[in-house]
Amino acid sequence: MVIPKCAARPDCTREHGLELLYQMIRIRRFEEKCAELYSRGKIRGFLHLYIGEEGVAVGALAALDEDDAIVATYREHGQALVRGIPAGEIMAEMYGKANGCSRGRGGSMHLFDARRRFFGGNAIVGGGLPMAVGLALADKLQKRERATVCIFGDGAVAEGAFHESLNLAALWKLPVLFLCENNLYAMGTAIERHQSQTDIAQKGANYGIPAEAVDGMDVLAVEQVSRLALDGVRSGAGPFLLEARTYRFRAHSMYDAELYRSKDEVEQWKRRDPIAFLTARLREAHQLSDGELAALESRVAAEIDEAVAVAEGGPWEPLADLTKDVYTPQSTVGAGITQATRASRNAVSQPQVTP
Amino acid sequence: METTLCIDQYTPHKSASSGAAVASPKPERTLSYVDAVREATDQEMDRDASVILFGLDVDDPKAIQGTTRGLVEKYGPERVFGTPLSEDAMTGVAIGAALAGLRPIHVHIRMDFLMLSMNQLVNVAAKSSYMYGGKVKVPLVVRSMIGKSWGQGAQHSQGLYSFFMHVPGLKVVAPTTPYDAKGCLIAAIRDDNPVMYVEHRILHFQKGPVPEKLYTVNPGKARITSPGDDVTLVGISYMQLECLRAQRYLDDVGVSAEVIDPIWLAPLDIDTIVESVRKTGRLVVVDNGWTSCGASAEIVAQVTERLQGVRDVRVQRLGFAPVTCPTSPPLEAEFYPDSRRIAAVCNDLVHGKSQNWYPDERPELKDLEFKGPF
Ligand SMILES: Cc1ncc(C[n+]2csc(CCOP(=O)(O)OP(=O)(O)O)c2C)c(N)n1
Ligand SMILES: [Mg+2]
Repeated sequence: MVIPKCAARPDCTREHGLELLYQMIRIRRFEEKCAELYSRGKIRGFLHLYIGEEGVAVGALAALDEDDAIVATYREHGQALVRGIPAGEIMAEMYGKANGCSRGRGGSMHLFDARRRFFGGNAIVGGGLPMAVGLALADKLQKRERATVCIFGDGAVAEGAFHESLNLAALWKLPVLFLCENNLYAMGTAIERHQSQTDIAQKGANYGIPAEAVDGMDVLAVEQVSRLALDGVRSGAGPFLLEARTYRFRAHSMYDAELYRSKDEVEQWKRRDPIAFLTARLREAHQLSDGELAALESRVAAEIDEAVAVAEGGPWEPLADLTKDVYTPQSTVGAGITQATRASRNAVSQPQVTP
Repeated sequence: METTLCIDQYTPHKSASSGAAVASPKPERTLSYVDAVREATDQEMDRDASVILFGLDVDDPKAIQGTTRGLVEKYGPERVFGTPLSEDAMTGVAIGAALAGLRPIHVHIRMDFLMLSMNQLVNVAAKSSYMYGGKVKVPLVVRSMIGKSWGQGAQHSQGLYSFFMHVPGLKVVAPTTPYDAKGCLIAAIRDDNPVMYVEHRILHFQKGPVPEKLYTVNPGKARITSPGDDVTLVGISYMQLECLRAQRYLDDVGVSAEVIDPIWLAPLDIDTIVESVRKTGRLVVVDNGWTSCGASAEIVAQVTERLQGVRDVRVQRLGFAPVTCPTSPPLEAEFYPDSRRIAAVCNDLVHGKSQNWYPDERPELKDLEFKGPF
């Protein structure tokens, strides 16, 4: 049987192309619903929409294996969805309901699912970078061949933690894919006003880290480079720095007057909408019919309706549980440590970390 | 924001004479807290060319809720500038600039982000004067804001000023009225030491009388915001508002609370609080932070040390629940002390718990819930 190729990229199947489109539409519609629920007061607090940037998460996460880890930011709804955290659990978390993925205690900036190796959700800019290095260090010491993808914005590149983390990961050849979502702004500050070197991929060279910049509005390109990068990362070559050039179509959080950028600039970027881009390419090649697109949309709509129902129907955590989980209950000492982990744990104290 | 949420902190709510350590200002022009901060900065930058202002997005059109509005236009991008997300390094930069004769004001939109500046503040700014034998000064102001309510969550809601109170060499101030916002900021800018200037996002909406002239509200002076006889009620930062509301509830049961705003947490005007407790014999301290090792612990400890053997004193602290701030609405509401809970605790101290009194909510005293959007 001849498997039809995706018109947009010869090395991927049509089915895969449709899957990528589906994932991007899921994020888009989910967040549009969140925005609506926010204006109805169902969701409160911060809500950082990813609309416009979907190609980055969908492309990069498509290149991951199930047991690879993800470290994200407060703009992480899309990554969480693609990773497979059920939409209902994410929506319930937005509502602050007890059936949310963080029991409703974390909110939109603290989505987390350890079982799916989705390590948050962090409201401190740059906070996730060292954590990703730590996850990768543990994998290396425990001789597990898996990667950690660390997602952060262009704004985080100005933090010391970025530079320290890149150095450490390169020094110890740790399996981290540093993925910068360069949307050209850190809140109201344009990249030219916060970076002396605006070409973020260039920064890898200082640390001897291979790097690449990719068009973040082209999900297929993002996926392709991510795969290549991860091949190297997994083979023990050390970290990789990938800069995805993208743009957020909406305000930084739910509302800002957006006086720091021109309407014209926003419109220019909207013309490069990652969803429209892939849709058009699939259409040109007659690989996506109106009916198929409609079916895809209604599948997404059903999922979102159900997610809202899950959130609406979810319980509030009882007040009696307010002080629960401040500390983790102590497990039995010595449990679960194998000879191999003990040996590698000793290696931590040595300056040289060799696999 | 709704003006009903503001409590007039200047009109004595009963005719009792006030032993206030700081005279209450005479009403004249009314300004918001935001505008008071803006005006203080403006007037000081105008007066003293060594004052500079920076921090993430201070020159953004949003202008840090309006507190820096118009300043870049007036003083230019050399004296007013936005910075990259480099809190740690920028704190060190501020210290360097201060050592070289400038008077920097460094702004952070959340107090939580100050944790990235901790090393420079604690190990360098606080210590330079003493460690270098009194030969240098670090005239630095660090402005930061505490967020509250509407699900701001774990990392955007912390009131961490007690961390700084712990360290000799740092001054800490948490003004609660527009009048004090202006006077304390001018005092902080003129101070030759590092001053942590703590704002609260909800206090930003307060309105009150603010003189146009330059004036200072000096370190080490508290204010009796409303006199009373039965219980001394100290409210820190935003909790000052809740205490003033609690006082109204207590009127209904005939409990007269003396409300004190410490204003400056370091140096702390313990004398004013001690004198009040000497009179009332009861002390409730309500903090906008956790109680453990917090500002409330310090105040209670100092009062107890001073009055032991002199006066029998009953004390109670209230603060954040000892947990991380949750976004779940019911848990979040439980996390913060509010005026009714404060009133009930005061009444318990005066009449004993057996009364089991808990006031019904009065709409005009309802807590302000800060609704975004963010
Ligand atoms: C340490 C720290 N400083 C400041 C902030 C406030 N803040 C939240 S998001 C943000 C912008 C970050 O920009 P970027 O890293 O480019 O990510 P983007 O929002 O564009 O996805 C800022 C300044 C923060 N959360 N943490
Ligand atoms: Mg950005």
